[in-house]
Amino acid sequence: MTDALSSALVAIRDLSKSYIRGDQIIPVLVDIDLDVAAGDFIALMGPSGSGKSTLLNLIAGIDKPTGGQIRVAGIDIAQLTDSELAAWRAAHVGFIFQFYNLMPVLTAFQNVELPLQLTSLSRRERHERVENTLALVGLADRMEHYPNELSGGQQQRVAIARALIADPTLIVADEPTGDLDRTTAAEILDLLGRLNRELGKTIVMVTHDPKAASHAARLVHLEKGVLVA
Amino acid sequence: MFVPFLVLRNALRHKLRTILTLVGIVVAIVAFGLLRTIVDAWYLGAEATSAARLVTRNAISLVFPLPLNYAQKIRQVPGVTGVAAANWFGGVYITESNFFPQLAIDPGPYLDMYPEYRLSDAERKAFVLDRQGAVVGRKLADRFGWKIGDRIPLRGTIYPGTWTFTLRGIYDGADSKVDETQFFFQWAYLNERIKQIYPRRADSVGVYIVEINEPGRAAEISERIDATFKNSLAETLTETEKAFQLGFVAMTETILVAVQAVSFVIIVIIMAVMANTMAMTARERYSEYATLKAIGFSNGFVASLIFAESLGIALAGGIVGIALTFPVAGAFGAALSTLFPIFAISRETILMQIGCALVVGLVAALIPAWRAARVRIVDGLRAVA
Repeated sequence: MTDALSSALVAIRDLSKSYIRGDQIIPVLVDIDLDVAAGDFIALMGPSGSGKSTLLNLIAGIDKPTGGQIRVAGIDIAQLTDSELAAWRAAHVGFIFQFYNLMPVLTAFQNVELPLQLTSLSRRERHERVENTLALVGLADRMEHYPNELSGGQQQRVAIARALIADPTLIVADEPTGDLDRTTAAEILDLLGRLNRELGKTIVMVTHDPKAASHAARLVHLEKGVLVA
Repeated sequence: MFVPFLVLRNALRHKLRTILTLVGIVVAIVAFGLLRTIVDAWYLGAEATSAARLVTRNAISLVFPLPLNYAQKIRQVPGVTGVAAANWFGGVYITESNFFPQLAIDPGPYLDMYPEYRLSDAERKAFVLDRQGAVVGRKLADRFGWKIGDRIPLRGTIYPGTWTFTLRGIYDGADSKVDETQFFFQWAYLNERIKQIYPRRADSVGVYIVEINEPGRAAEISERIDATFKNSLAETLTETEKAFQLGFVAMTETILVAVQAVSFVIIVIIMAVMANTMAMTARERYSEYATLKAIGFSNGFVASLIFAESLGIALAGGIVGIALTFPVAGAFGAALSTLFPIFAISRETILMQIGCALVVGLVAALIPAWRAARVRIVDGLRAVA
């Protein structure tokens, strides 16, 4: 067990999460054991309410478990305080959301630059990185556009660039194609696949779409808060 | 530079909402400044007084005069260095709406006691030598376009008849607090006419202005003066010039308290409006704040964005409000120059306006910032999904 915890990039043991509603305890995740190796691309699948987004949130450090352990790169993130978690997320996690979650008042360039505001990089270094990353996602010519001037696919590419910019240990994606048409969704999934294969990025993606899941290297199924495969 | 930029962009996001909030703050700050200036103007007469001057009046009431021979007795009280008679005249220049204060005075001693009324030696000499001469303040002369040598008729109300004066001098105030709307003429001329018309009312004085050599002994000297006339037909009440002026203010104190209360109520109202705006703004952006927190920004950073935006809007409104207070107060002061001869915005009022803007900005952001900082990331993200 200890060996497994130390070798996997993400090592989850006996993880549980429950919510209290009134005098009722509602279990969402029950005794989850899961390892994610560095460079892996995992798709978390399951029906609505199966707990896949909750598991993703726990791995990303934006929610806290009721019990168990989550070690990411050797750090038990369940033990970190809120401010330690914030600093940890800034350094180790890149987020991709279903609805992109871009700042509408910032341009594509400024949105991507956002995580770098938390680093000690110089302005020149930041700009260089942002330009390279936006070029990587194919938006070199859309840098000064605001989110409302971009299509859904382009906005998701900006969000991917923002997730990549700080070179995180882990990229988490919650239904990244859920708001996109089939063609655009395929482009985004191809991009995520390339990031995994060519740049070795570790990706954990939540999806209910089998086509989207097929781009992942490994599928993990959840049902009623329990891992089934 | 990132935070100010983000704050500015956020503030300009709903331009109409921000502009309306700004307008509300501007109006509140202007109204606050104006009301504070009205209160200040009320007290300005008391503030422009000298600690070295006392006022002796009839102990029963100001409407009862004092005998002329009291001047000599007051002069003999140790510590008194000068005494000047003064009578309120209460005349009308053309119409009642042209009100301005008119005082019959002992020209020499009175002007000696009031060095803040700056008059050239030549004009002062001309005034002293002309029994029907008058001296007026610069603002009053400008208001009616009077020039030296002009004949000015006043219709007496307390002392009936038409009284015509020759303008012999125009004084300037030594500083902005000096009232430049007064009209002075010779007490001897008043007494001379009264002797002819109402002999029984002659040789009586409204108040005595008493100059003392040690302001620190004002209470003791006042007591001595009053003791001099104890058990006489006209007992006196002597007080400092400031206390005398504050006596007039006290008559309208309830109004002043109400004006002050209204000035603060206005600030509380705009605080509530601003708080509502900021609460609405923060609520709309919960998903963005959650995203920022997910990326790694701290709760404090999110709170600081809300505080900075609220303070920025409130301070911008405050600065525009302060800037607008000057022309508004100028117009207000000009329209009510008879009621408020000096209507100047004080430094304290400006500081209070800045303070109010800051407090409005801070208080308005308090609850939205606290909520945004406390909201769980997963709940915030769900706000959009």
